[in-house]
Amino acid sequence: MMWISRRKAGRASAAARVAVAAATVAILAAACSSGAPGSEDSADGDSSAAAGGGGDVSITFLPKNLGNPYFDTSSKGGKAAVEEIGGEFKEVGPTEATPDAQVSFINTLTQQKVSAIVLSANDPSALCSSLDEAKAAGIKVVTFDSDVDAECRDLFVNQATAEGIAKAQVDLISEQIGDAGEIAVLSATANATNQNAWIDMMKTDLAANHPNITLVDVVYGDDDDQTSFDKTAALLQSHPDLKGIVSPTTVGIAAAARYLQTSDFKGKVKLTGLGTPNDMRDYVKDGTVDAFALWNPEDLGYLSAFAANALVDGTITGKEGDTFTAGKLGEYTVGPDATVLLGEPYVFNADNIDDFDF
Amino acid sequence: MSQTLTPARTVPLTPSPATRWRRTLLGRDSAVVGLLIVVVIAASVLVPGFASTTTWYYLLLDVFPILLIALPMTLVIISAEIDLSVASMLGLSSVIVGSLFEAGWPLPAAAAVALVVGAVGGWFNGFLITRVGLPSLAVTIGTLALFRGIAVGILGTRAVTGFPDWAQNLVTSRIGPIPSVIFLFLVLAAIFWITLHATAVGRVTYAAGLNAEAAQFAGARVGRLKLGLFVATGVMSALAGVYWTLRYGTARGDNAVGLELSVVAAVLVGGVSIFGGRGGIVGVIAGVLVIGALRSALRLADVSSDVINVITGFLLIATVIAPGLWARFGERLRRRTT
Repeated sequence: MMWISRRKAGRASAAARVAVAAATVAILAAACSSGAPGSEDSADGDSSAAAGGGGDVSITFLPKNLGNPYFDTSSKGGKAAVEEIGGEFKEVGPTEATPDAQVSFINTLTQQKVSAIVLSANDPSALCSSLDEAKAAGIKVVTFDSDVDAECRDLFVNQATAEGIAKAQVDLISEQIGDAGEIAVLSATANATNQNAWIDMMKTDLAANHPNITLVDVVYGDDDDQTSFDKTAALLQSHPDLKGIVSPTTVGIAAAARYLQTSDFKGKVKLTGLGTPNDMRDYVKDGTVDAFALWNPEDLGYLSAFAANALVDGTITGKEGDTFTAGKLGEYTVGPDATVLLGEPYVFNADNIDDFDF
Repeated sequence: MSQTLTPARTVPLTPSPATRWRRTLLGRDSAVVGLLIVVVIAASVLVPGFASTTTWYYLLLDVFPILLIALPMTLVIISAEIDLSVASMLGLSSVIVGSLFEAGWPLPAAAAVALVVGAVGGWFNGFLITRVGLPSLAVTIGTLALFRGIAVGILGTRAVTGFPDWAQNLVTSRIGPIPSVIFLFLVLAAIFWITLHATAVGRVTYAAGLNAEAAQFAGARVGRLKLGLFVATGVMSALAGVYWTLRYGTARGDNAVGLELSVVAAVLVGGVSIFGGRGGIVGVIAGVLVIGALRSALRLADVSSDVINVITGFLLIATVIAPGLWARFGERLRRRTT
């Protein structure tokens, strides 16, 4: 009797297991099928395009991660460009900015045989073997924002040169303080390579072209909000005649602006540097900051998409001196090391800051 | 070892052939294998491009580190413990390979040192858990931070690259359409399968998970077993770190951040009970492949990453609650029949 009832229980639970397994599968299948058609709206029949081998160019953006306002902005520019070209735009990417996740996406895109991949790399060398395979499959590879080793891609779209960044900041501060007086620099860490290179170039530019401006101090906020805030306060204490501060780091400029906003120096001591519109919006609107610089990620994405298209249709090969037209941005020439330069840094002020959200 | 385990043998652990067949066909392992088959067939039909050798080549390369770590993790979780420090050990191993290679060491020697560090790290976990008596969750959350901290401390935000081509080509090489590293995995999987399902060590592992005190009273040296399991987990994590370094050609302190959760998720999807005592190697391998195949198929179908995460999260919950559901369902049926 015991044995029989146990047998029955065994069967019953077996039946239950089958039922639950079936339910799980049904849910999974529903998830799969609901995902697939949804994606076809955006991809517009990607598989048929790949299989048919038609003339449609498909350009895929692969940012460092999704849900990042900076890359949302660059993808917006890329999408606009691909629509102008008449191609098919797609954006894929990991939720975490890791190189291994990007490799999986590059492999998938290689299988899908897209025409071009436009990416910002999470690691300069980790993506190389997967990008090599993509190139071997006839896919054009364009990097923007963050490059990979030069031999692993066809083209790099550089947002700004060090010279351009240094000059833009010197021009802004000299204009704001009337080309005369004491200024100081609030930098990131003391050994930050980029910042140090820019500061050296700024010094050279100041000495050569702005003899009435003296750079009295360089302080380091370590790219930490509170440290940058404190260093700004100290700077204003120790240099009572200070007329301007340049902060070539997004953390520094935002912290310095926050200090100036509630101090007596608001409007009297000018502040400029490299910042993002979302960080700086309030300070620009209330007059704490007149203008600051950075590149325009939307233009960067737009140019990258046009560059990818020019590679696909054979207008350029990545050779130095090749030229192509990038829609509203005009004509561009490929420089050394297969690099295209977006141009001068973009200046954000009260008139244009509301056009940006990153 | 065998002497001390004699009492365990008095328990009738060898079921009749009929029962054994029924268990095999209706057990959790088969349920997960069935799920894998369904997912693969569904993906092959619904997702263009999924049914290709290229898909499987990349898929297997992607899941290889998870497969490696899932083997010892299966035994650890069956013994009712957990190791959350595995991804940090992977990162530390990667950094050790990278910095020794940079210092001029030959790659095999650097890899060997990384494996030794893996063993030491695993032993450290096991020591704190079995000898000091701390809970494994707390200890391995601690070493998760500790190992990662050391890894990032050694290299900072730098990455070591420039590993020799022969080594990088070796890990991504294929035999037929299958990555050759998978054959290494099959050998390791066979060793873990035999250990868990056909040796005294395996029986003690289950016994420790079901009732550690009873197992202890029965003469099983549970502490020593667990110490060994943590050492094995450390070594396998370090091996995954060597693979990771060579596959991506870069040694970074932040390699594989968060992978421990993928491993634990795959083990649970594979039918291992988080409370210990239940589960098997075959189910876990199928579990890893179910998640890998699903993610790969959804990526190919251009489903966005957030949706992919939601679906795999849902799969995890479904597979964890399913055993409970069918136990309750079976109970109700039984009541109706009597």
